[in-house]
Amino acid sequence: MTSLTIVRRIKARPSIVFDALTTAEGIAWWWGPDDGPVLLAETDVRVGGRYRVRFRMLDGSEHESSGEYLEVVWPNRLAMSWCWTGGEDPGQSLVEIDLRAIAEGTELTFTHSRLHDEETRRSHEAGWNGALDKLERHFLA
Amino acid sequence: MVNYHQPLDRTFAALIDPTRRAILARLEREDGASVSELARPFAIKLPAVMKHLDVLDAAGLITRSKAGRTVTVRLSPEPIREAMDWLRRYERFWSASLDRLAAYAEGKEAEMQEKGG
Repeated sequence: MTSLTIVRRIKARPSIVFDALTTAEGIAWWWGPDDGPVLLAETDVRVGGRYRVRFRMLDGSEHESSGEYLEVVWPNRLAMSWCWTGGEDPGQSLVEIDLRAIAEGTELTFTHSRLHDEETRRSHEAGWNGALDKLERHFLA
Repeated sequence: MVNYHQPLDRTFAALIDPTRRAILARLEREDGASVSELARPFAIKLPAVMKHLDVLDAAGLITRSKAGRTVTVRLSPEPIREAMDWLRRYERFWSASLDRLAAYAEGKEAEMQEKGG
């Protein structure tokens, strides 16, 4: 799999979810893999604008990611490039978030895909996910 | 926390090709196969199969060992583990983040409804 997809149903209207995704205040609240604090959150939410977020994990390590907003369609879609700063990840990847209004609020579809190079992008299109899924089942069994 | 590098790209690139994926899938089922056994199901010539094996070998996805005139090909799981590791790290990151995002947005929604929004 070159990409990770997560779907969440949220009891809030898409405009609220969109703002939570893009405002510094919102990001400071939710960004990060554990309950460590967000140290810095900057966003310039328009196509071509950039974001930068720095956070500390509970183990004390600090990490920063940044990128550019590629698509901004309030309140339904957001696409941005993603890169870890500080040399831990030389490649760029793509984050896409779609928000769909549903009766209970919003269905959020999140995708993070590797875009390290052209070959990787092609491999994604070629759809080798199934093969790797099988291998994963085998190795993680 | 996320650390991927050139070898991982080779892994992904090697997996683009359906023939190579079929070879890996077979090696997943069988613990080692000879080159001619691997070539048999495909409508391509042995040298073409050898080329695919070279790519898989360079990506570290297989190992080849020679005994007499027979080359035995085996699956080498390490690069795939690495790829899975990459995904698991992102999965952890985003799953936790989106849980908190949902809680935050739901709090905002409740606030707005109290205000009659």
